[in-house]
Amino acid sequence: MKGRWLTWLPLAVFAALALLFVGGLLRPEGRVIESKMVGKPLPAFALPAGASDRPALASAQFAKGKPRLLNIFASWCVPCAAESPQLMALKQAGIPIDGIAIRDARGDVDRFLARYGNPYERIGLDARSSVQLDLGSSGVPETFLIGGDGRILHQHIGDLRADDVADIMDRWKAAQ
Amino acid sequence: MSSAALLAQTALPPAPYADRQLDDPAQEKKAHDFMLTIRCLTCQSQSIADSNASMAGDLRSEIRQRIARGEDPEQIRAWLIERYGDWISYEPTAEPILWPLWAAPVVLLLGGGALVWGRIRRRKKESA
Repeated sequence: MKGRWLTWLPLAVFAALALLFVGGLLRPEGRVIESKMVGKPLPAFALPAGASDRPALASAQFAKGKPRLLNIFASWCVPCAAESPQLMALKQAGIPIDGIAIRDARGDVDRFLARYGNPYERIGLDARSSVQLDLGSSGVPETFLIGGDGRILHQHIGDLRADDVADIMDRWKAAQ
Repeated sequence: MSSAALLAQTALPPAPYADRQLDDPAQEKKAHDFMLTIRCLTCQSQSIADSNASMAGDLRSEIRQRIARGEDPEQIRAWLIERYGDWISYEPTAEPILWPLWAAPVVLLLGGGALVWGRIRRRKKESA
């Protein structure tokens, strides 16, 4: 009786593995890679101005006692245009927002902001994604909450939807 | 590829060393071997050496420039893992979660050896 069980064991193992692999093939994981920099100080950077009517952005401008949002965007990024009403709403609520334009050109950023609105106080131009890599950010758009002590408190991956605004506001208020 | 990447691409040309080899062949080999072990953030099943995503190109350029400056590949790996976690590296680590993986060959070898040993002993008994 014991021997008969053993005979079927390899087939059972094979069937279990086959199920696992087919399952994995049918549901490929669209994984979101969270930054491991949350909780750590903002990496040091100094970027040139990303738009003609906004000053340049450096990490030293954070850590001044008041929490700020840092929005990673690009003029060529469609979801970034989609989230602009939400950023404008946050700005209207009195939350300071700075932007980093990824792989962009100043003229394109100017046109993008003229079309969708400009919620930013300062904009940095990250032409080689180097600050993006230093932040552990894996795409555009992303929004970071930086505490008044210059630490990264929160990362929102993807565009801000209308129902994300309240959450970001609460986090910003809690950080004060 | 993410849906955003399908809809739009950056108009900027690739970073200087994204698709250009380093002049020193030894350094280029070091950089390329290392890039094969780093996962692309945009096309998540490719290494950055194989990916056409703009972010992979920027990372290739960054890695080549760091290696040209004399940085060690493992230093760069540590820098990336600090930002993106173990996920970014294809190289298995020695973390406890991977101990069963490292132990598997030894366990299989011992199990197989025991099986063979048992067979030989039984056969000897039968022939004796």
